[in-house]
Amino acid sequence: MYTQYIHMHSGIVISQSDSRPMYLQIMEQVKQRVAVGEWGPGDEIPSIRQLAMDLRVSVITIKRAYLELEREGVIVTQQGKGSIVAPDPDLGSRLYDEEFSKHLAKVAQLGELLGLSSEEIARRTKEASSRLSGASRTKEVV
Amino acid sequence: MNDVSVHFAGVSKRYPHFSLEEIHFELPTGSIMGFIGANGAGKSTTIRILMGLVHQDTGTVEVLGHPMPADQAAAKMDIGFVSEDMRLYGAAPLAWHMEFLRGIYPRWDQSYAENLARRFDLKPEQKIKGLSHGQRVKAALLLALARRPRLLVLDEPTTGLDPVARVEVLGELMAALADEERTILFSSHNTLDVENISDQITFIDRGRIIDSDNKEAFLDRWRRLRLLLPPDVVVPRLPGVVEVGGSGRLPVITTNCFDPVMVSVCNDLGATVEAVDTMTLEEIFVANVHSRRERLTA
Repeated sequence: MYTQYIHMHSGIVISQSDSRPMYLQIMEQVKQRVAVGEWGPGDEIPSIRQLAMDLRVSVITIKRAYLELEREGVIVTQQGKGSIVAPDPDLGSRLYDEEFSKHLAKVAQLGELLGLSSEEIARRTKEASSRLSGASRTKEVV
Repeated sequence: MNDVSVHFAGVSKRYPHFSLEEIHFELPTGSIMGFIGANGAGKSTTIRILMGLVHQDTGTVEVLGHPMPADQAAAKMDIGFVSEDMRLYGAAPLAWHMEFLRGIYPRWDQSYAENLARRFDLKPEQKIKGLSHGQRVKAALLLALARRPRLLVLDEPTTGLDPVARVEVLGELMAALADEERTILFSSHNTLDVENISDQITFIDRGRIIDSDNKEAFLDRWRRLRLLLPPDVVVPRLPGVVEVGGSGRLPVITTNCFDPVMVSVCNDLGATVEAVDTMTLEEIFVANVHSRRERLTA
């Protein structure tokens, strides 16, 4: 029963030098896995204890991360049955969208700090976007 | 099954030059408690009382439902204890110790013991006196774990271990908790080990418990607020302030009962909150000890 945990790898990596609390790091990495579709809707994910053994992180920390992920609708925990990714086919794109909104809010906040008008912020965003597509076109040519 | 594996209430023990006062804490079954204190803070004395090796002057101690020290013989069948001064028989090999304990403890798990020996890179035929410090610690831990005790009590298990051995030892401690019915209490002055694997954390200093809580609550409660004060605005009075540092217009406030509301309270009082920093367990421990010692000498 012991070896099974040793070889069960979630692929989640906790960084000791990351100043954010560990539960936030775990939440973020679970969300990334769901967003890119590595963990699909309805898929079984490691139990709280399994993940704790795997990461050598206390059970209470994983519990907290799972509780918050459940609150955000990313996972569903069934009493005595373990946890699954929420069976919502749009979950991956919703998570990307949330991430996008978060960054947009940051852009707006920084823009305001710099005293930019909303037209100016919009223009700069458009510029950044066309620079990015320009860059990927160049890559294709190369 | 008990929900609480260890319960201390009002435990005191006086020595001529040191006393433990009013020790109170409980350890829920299925969890790991990290017991943190400086050298000489009272960690080992508390652990000895828990094990029935030292008798308290006052207060009650219950371990796995057994009152201590009265019922220590029964309790000890279910406790695995590893401490630094633990004596293994130097002239005998590890395998001899394994065989010996197998005869005493009915729950001894031989295949788990052999498994652990491989994972810890220990050779059962090697004599104890030929082992390095790290190998001895791992051997003692193997002997405690393979008994499959319901409670593991470890006094400074990671002290003096190299980084690789530390990770191995902590990993096996976590693995031992896989079935939710086992409980671990370990003392350490390495806050990083404790921070990673503990569910419950207890700070002890100069013979007294100064704080005991679950780890997430601990890390959530403590914050450092960096403020920017306009001229002639005073530092806002906030709850749970442990320390005010920084400079006049750039004060840094450490609080042990942080609430996000504090940020808007500060803003309302005219102070700008530049940053809200989380704190590591080590920073929390040091701030906690300092503020308490200052209050005592004030």
